[in-house]
Amino acid sequence: PALGESFSFLHSSFISSFWGGGRNSLTVLEGMGFRVGQGLAERLPRGALAFREELDTIKFLCRDLWGAVFRKQTDNLRTNHQGTYVLQDNNFPLLTQMAWGQQYLEETPKFLAFTCGLLRGTLSALGIESSVTASVASLPACKFQVVIQKA
Amino acid sequence: MKSSELFTLTYGALVTQLCKDYENDEDVNKQLDKMGYNIGVRLIEDFLARSNVGRCHDFRETADVIAKVAFKMYLGITPSITNWSPAGDEFSLILENNPLVDFVELPDNHSSLIYSNLLCGVLRGALEMVQMAVDVKFVQDTLKGDGVTEIRMRFIKRIEDNLPAGEE
Repeated sequence: PALGESFSFLHSSFISSFWGGGRNSLTVLEGMGFRVGQGLAERLPRGALAFREELDTIKFLCRDLWGAVFRKQTDNLRTNHQGTYVLQDNNFPLLTQMAWGQQYLEETPKFLAFTCGLLRGTLSALGIESSVTASVASLPACKFQVVIQKA
Repeated sequence: MKSSELFTLTYGALVTQLCKDYENDEDVNKQLDKMGYNIGVRLIEDFLARSNVGRCHDFRETADVIAKVAFKMYLGITPSITNWSPAGDEFSLILENNPLVDFVELPDNHSSLIYSNLLCGVLRGALEMVQMAVDVKFVQDTLKGDGVTEIRMRFIKRIEDNLPAGEE
């Protein structure tokens, strides 16, 4: 429990430090999340990785990954059953530091980039390549869209 | 999945990225310290709100609070306090294990890197917000082959509030 708070402080410090300058900060943040996601998945016990279906893997992200990182589960999961999944979190902890309401929407991508990478990295280590994007309609709710890349 | 692993991996990703961004270890160390400082100045509010500790009357009390409350709250460990200077203005924190480095190995070409230097900045920043100027540094590090990890904290001075000119 202690380290959950600390992760939040660490994540906030990334936003300040890796933002600005001539480099593609969103890519840097997403890349860091990707490495962490891979690392987390690689450290799972062997038995945990035996998912029967793709949907089970996504549910694992909604329950177990979200549980480990944000100490909650996602609020909603939708899929078109053709490789696209939308994970919805109505109270995303990394966004609650921002003001509620609409006026800071343009700031949100940098708060979501690390988590997009985290999802993509976890899936990658589980043998699934994907692209992950996030969107915010109204703070602090957000959606992560996972599109599985077919071989 | 464990949140402790998340934390260790995230910190590792940070250090890796900084090593890519900066040419030499000294600059990485400085950046870690600076990031830590910025975390510390915000973390102190969270700490004071959640811990209910009162004002510390001397540096010994401060040391106790840091080791037994703050470290426990944010890193889940309780370092021991040792090696007090005769004047009572310096002490060491001994960390038997360090969650930042649980499964980390220092790569060969980074011998000057102070991997956990963020912690020094956090302590410095947090204490500055409660009117204490301190110097914090690692003097032993298990990552470098030492038996324990030792952080040395030295009290420099109390920071007085500066009143604007003209106020009594």
